[in-house]
Amino acid sequence: MGMTMTEKILARHAGLASVQPGQLIKCKLDLVLGNDITTPPAIKEFNKIGRPVFDNEKIVLVPDHFTPNKDIKSAEMAKTVREFAKRHEIVNYFEVGRMGIEHVLLPEQGLVAPGDVIIGADSHTCTYGAVGAFATGVGSTDMGAAMATGDTWFKVPSAIKVELKGKLPKWVTGKDVILTLIGMIGVDGARYQSLEFTGEGVAALTMTDRLTIANMAIEAGAKNGIFPVDDITREYIKDRVKKQYEEVEADADAVYDQVVTIDLNKLAPVVALPHLPENVKTISEVPEISIDQVVIGSCTNGRIEDLEQAAQILAGRSVHPSIRAIIIPGSQEVYLEAMKRGFIETFIKAGAVVSTPTCGPCLGGYMGILASGERAVATTNRNFRGRMGHVDSEVYLAGPYVAAASAVLGRIAAPEEVIA
Amino acid sequence: MILEGKVWRYGDNVDTDVIIPARHLNTSEPKELAAHCMEDIDITFAANVQAGDIIVADKNFGCGSSREHAPVAIKASGITVVVADSFARIFYRNAINIGLPLLEIGEAVKNIKAGDKIRIDLSAGTVENLESGEVFKSQPLPGFIQDIAKAGGLVNYVKEARS
Ligand code: SF4
Repeated sequence: MGMTMTEKILARHAGLASVQPGQLIKCKLDLVLGNDITTPPAIKEFNKIGRPVFDNEKIVLVPDHFTPNKDIKSAEMAKTVREFAKRHEIVNYFEVGRMGIEHVLLPEQGLVAPGDVIIGADSHTCTYGAVGAFATGVGSTDMGAAMATGDTWFKVPSAIKVELKGKLPKWVTGKDVILTLIGMIGVDGARYQSLEFTGEGVAALTMTDRLTIANMAIEAGAKNGIFPVDDITREYIKDRVKKQYEEVEADADAVYDQVVTIDLNKLAPVVALPHLPENVKTISEVPEISIDQVVIGSCTNGRIEDLEQAAQILAGRSVHPSIRAIIIPGSQEVYLEAMKRGFIETFIKAGAVVSTPTCGPCLGGYMGILASGERAVATTNRNFRGRMGHVDSEVYLAGPYVAAASAVLGRIAAPEEVIA
Repeated sequence: MILEGKVWRYGDNVDTDVIIPARHLNTSEPKELAAHCMEDIDITFAANVQAGDIIVADKNFGCGSSREHAPVAIKASGITVVVADSFARIFYRNAINIGLPLLEIGEAVKNIKAGDKIRIDLSAGTVENLESGEVFKSQPLPGFIQDIAKAGGLVNYVKEARS
């Protein structure tokens, strides 16, 4: 029986010739990731085991959620991570000034490669499926144990094949693809399963689109999302990935629980209404909804192409007087590139604020918290109740074009309403 | 092990942001987390939950963020076990790892209401509604997971396995 990409990667890391859905296996890990919220409890668990780190080059620590430190308690957590990194000589510890949002940073720094098995104490670790790796989110205890052992257990997931056809129309992005898929299958539609993206449509998706799509696999409940490795992947990792890696391809006779087909040609810009990412509507289906804030950034849409899309809409226009627009480059590299390309000037002239890279408002941390009754359009990935602030605030999820157009018009808007 | 307690009843897709909102994640102290447990979905929970109470929910309990603070907050609030139609996978893993038992009983959760008294036999995997006398059976835990649970969580399990 043939194997899916996920099954093949897991089998290789378990030292097995083949694996089957439901099987419990122990896998060697290529990378273990943690952030400023999840690493301190992981360190506590790690210390209980009383062993050294398994490999100081395969642990990545990124304080990104509440940094630059938002308050004293967050400063203490960041300090715990910093001191741990120092004591154990963690090579890939990213300090403020060098850091970015973890899932923007790791692919950009070439730390994730095709065929890898990666766990991260952050649910959006699934982002790295975009480069053909098996990557999944775990908790702090799993991270702590893995830092000591270099392995972890998995239940091999069954798979959903997502067959992509055609090409995205103008103004439609990877965000619209993944939101549309979540709208189709629901927030638990892929629970415990892998989402295997495939089909001729993949070739028409940029690396940024793929990273955005894989990032939100978890919002369908998936264990991981994964893309085949092609020339676009190879071009992206060429000057980034320094380590050895092995590309993995799904067998032609791999078995899938279900096949979902998406015709990219037929997609339109969409928005996910509060309070679940599955409440997906095309912009034309939503009534006039006035908003108070727009956030463009996050591990979902904080890359340079995302900022480019926002800049395209905001160039020569102004943020609506009643809107606070907050733009957050996902990493220092993205920030610098946005500056070189004039996007930062465009944003500031339009009346938006530009922040240093941070998760910040995405999880309701700081840098743009909502008051009761306020509404935001955000390029983030979760619109759960209270996610960006007060329990009675609302988050509408969309891609950068829609978010920027909404910032200009002060209501949820399609890009075409602003620009022909 | 037999657990008996009063039910706190919740619906579908209870996410970890409502179980413990991020504004309280600047600590990982269980007691501090417990003081805010469930506050964005049920403001009465933290003040009224009694040691031994049980959470019963519908589908996809614990979806969203990977924060282990969520099962930690629930456990520290005195809840002894969570019963649901189904659980999100990271929450499931985390709960097992920190020693918070979970039982998945599918649609049978529909027969349990808020305030009901229920009795749970963890080894047999049964849930008995003491109000109606009905008994529901959960999926048995895979052996490997039972071993982690028996060791009292993942860290002890790893320690035992290596020593
Ligand atoms: S940007 Fe948001 S979703 Fe992404 S890692 Fe940060 S908090 Fe999590």
